[in-house]
Amino acid sequence: MEITQEQKAFALNGDEAIALAIKQSDVDVVAAYPITPQTIIVEKFSEYVADGEVDTEFVCTESEHSALTACLAASATGVRTFTASASAGLALMHEILYVTAGCRAPVVMAVTNRALSAPINIHCDHSDSMVERDSSWIQIYVENSQEAYDSIIQAFRVAEHPDVLLPVMVCLDAFFLSHTLENVQVLPDETVQKFVGERSIPLVTGHEGKNVPFKLDPANPLTIGPLDLYDYYFEHKRQQEEAMQMAASTIVQVHDEYGQLSGRRYGNGLVDAYRLEDADIATVCVGSTAGTTKSVVDTLRAKGVKAGLLRLRTFRPLPIAEIRNSLETVEAVAVMDRSNSFGGNGGPIYHEIRHALFDAQARPHVVNYIYGLGGRDMPQSIIRNIYTDLQEIRETGQVNSYVQFAGVRE
Amino acid sequence: MNNKDLMLQHPLAKYLRQERMPHIWCEGCGNGILLNSFLEALDELQLDLDNIVVISGIGCIGRAAGYVNVDSFHTTHGRAIPFATGVKLANPQLKVVVISGDGDLFAIGGNHFIHAARRNVDIKVICANNFNYGMTGGQYGPTTPLEAWTTTTPYGNIEHPFNLVHLAAASGAVYAARWTTLQVRRLKASIKKALQKEGFSLIEVISPCPEIYDRYNKLGTAVEVMKWFKLVSEVHKAYDPAKAVITKNRIIIGEFVDIEKPSYGRLLREMTAQVKEDLEGENTK
Ligand SMILES: Cc1ncc(C[n+]2csc(CCOP(=O)(O)OP(=O)(O)O)c2C)c(N)n1
Ligand code: SF4
Ligand SMILES: [Mg+2]
Repeated sequence: MEITQEQKAFALNGDEAIALAIKQSDVDVVAAYPITPQTIIVEKFSEYVADGEVDTEFVCTESEHSALTACLAASATGVRTFTASASAGLALMHEILYVTAGCRAPVVMAVTNRALSAPINIHCDHSDSMVERDSSWIQIYVENSQEAYDSIIQAFRVAEHPDVLLPVMVCLDAFFLSHTLENVQVLPDETVQKFVGERSIPLVTGHEGKNVPFKLDPANPLTIGPLDLYDYYFEHKRQQEEAMQMAASTIVQVHDEYGQLSGRRYGNGLVDAYRLEDADIATVCVGSTAGTTKSVVDTLRAKGVKAGLLRLRTFRPLPIAEIRNSLETVEAVAVMDRSNSFGGNGGPIYHEIRHALFDAQARPHVVNYIYGLGGRDMPQSIIRNIYTDLQEIRETGQVNSYVQFAGVRE
Repeated sequence: MNNKDLMLQHPLAKYLRQERMPHIWCEGCGNGILLNSFLEALDELQLDLDNIVVISGIGCIGRAAGYVNVDSFHTTHGRAIPFATGVKLANPQLKVVVISGDGDLFAIGGNHFIHAARRNVDIKVICANNFNYGMTGGQYGPTTPLEAWTTTTPYGNIEHPFNLVHLAAASGAVYAARWTTLQVRRLKASIKKALQKEGFSLIEVISPCPEIYDRYNKLGTAVEVMKWFKLVSEVHKAYDPAKAVITKNRIIIGEFVDIEKPSYGRLLREMTAQVKEDLEGENTK
């Protein structure tokens, strides 16, 4: 039986839910630079700081590049850090994203997914975080503000786990989630503090051959991030890959532990399978579109169509086995990508789902729909059409077009 | 006479992209005055509009690039100056004007400012200094005065602000001036002067942000802010920019730097011409 803590419901938008989760997670350093639609997170948090509700050093830097650099540096001293960004801001962090992961600094960042320039657009799509999929940051995509709150709390546990030590991005859809009020169930402060706990620092062999805590500490001098050529660079990169593999089991375990506390679960923490047990056709997506899609699935199911949805909660690490297992019965799959890999013949999620399904026992048809770029709405009608296409593919065994743009003027 | 003939036309209408109107700026915002002064300067100089380029970064004032009826570009946040540098070097005939905000030019883009000034790239930078990031909801930035209230300084700002004219002077600008949006005639004259001068120029325009910064800091309505400008502005000529720190009680305005120095583009062209000549001389030896 689940031990569900007493919780309070607050009307919060996604940004406020994140600020609250940060407040409860005993974060030591927050550094950020404002960008729509992330601003509310930092503004709300600056109020907590100023009101003395948290014991956090808070820095408004002069750019995102400096914000992440400050977090990286603080994290390297062994403390807990957080930042938030989006779009051009995340792109400007690109250089330091790799440095953060390479230094194994468990920074947690909220990304309010927003389109990239040009043309300038402040609305939702996933181009900003999808391009960072190779940066060795764990990526969690949330469906609603509740999950944003829950995932931030879990993120610290995952990032700081000694087997993982990788930074985490919690990605939420611009405006659809960042600015939309929702009832969010909130755990008591002490419960969250206890769950997140103190950051534990593993021991490493230092310069003098002694075992020292892996942090910048004058008492135990250590250099983090020095020159590392063809002698050891490759091994360090290999370790990052192993850490990503460890991240998968850690995410499941932390998600489960949190589930026992809160009564809330999102699939197994890696994938959230919706009505897939016996599904013939299915879509795959990340983010808030899953909410709309679930309602379409319900309507189709009521009509006897065996439709389902696979929502990826983590895109990094990519849960290959879970993807394959969840889609076992499915004969036609449509992957919905809210970003495009220009010239790459489809979006990033599509590529990876096809890759995951290549070794499936019965390989299904896999098609791709690029949708919602720059905040274009994804109404139920378009999602219904996608399922109709899938039914046709399943019946005829024919695919007319593998990659299509849904909801665009052609 | 039909109704259309009776409709009033703004005297500067031809300089604006009518289809982009109405603009996004709040009532009483200083950005309109700044833009108007710039357009009047263009009008009075009767410059060939095909030779004018306006470049902005991101921010409320950054929308200026989309409103002016000349070739223009709206860069990503902070990158107006490097973009302008590229334009000017590619086509030295153009008059290249950057119209952007205090945050865009001096926070995220600060490095570009000092280096363009150091190199003396022949571009004109007009900065709307409203003491905050207006567009993103009023966070503090590099020109926010000490103690000011912003959404990220709920108990007052503790960071020392830049003195922009001093920064420009120290970095190598050939022209640096400061005005508030109250001194429209001087502002216009200053823009005209910079447009006719060779080299890196900064015109700082202290500009009301009635909707956010001024409201949070209880500075009153736009009219009251203009009255405050009137009360505290002190016009000086060639005042030491290092001492021109902005305070609640005193805003020193005027021209702080006005010197002559060959621009980067000129030196580059002269040098390449010289090298070419030398090489040709050697080849005919
Ligand atoms: C890389 C990047 N970071 C952050 C932003 C968000 N942003 C847009 S405008 C702005 C500040 C603008 O301030 P300022 O230049 O002073 O112009 P104002 O709005 O005050 O006129 C910020 C931080 C962005 N667009 N791009
Ligand atoms: S927020 Fe401030 S700077 Fe922006 S348009 Fe409104 S008044 Fe002007
Ligand atoms: Mg500003």
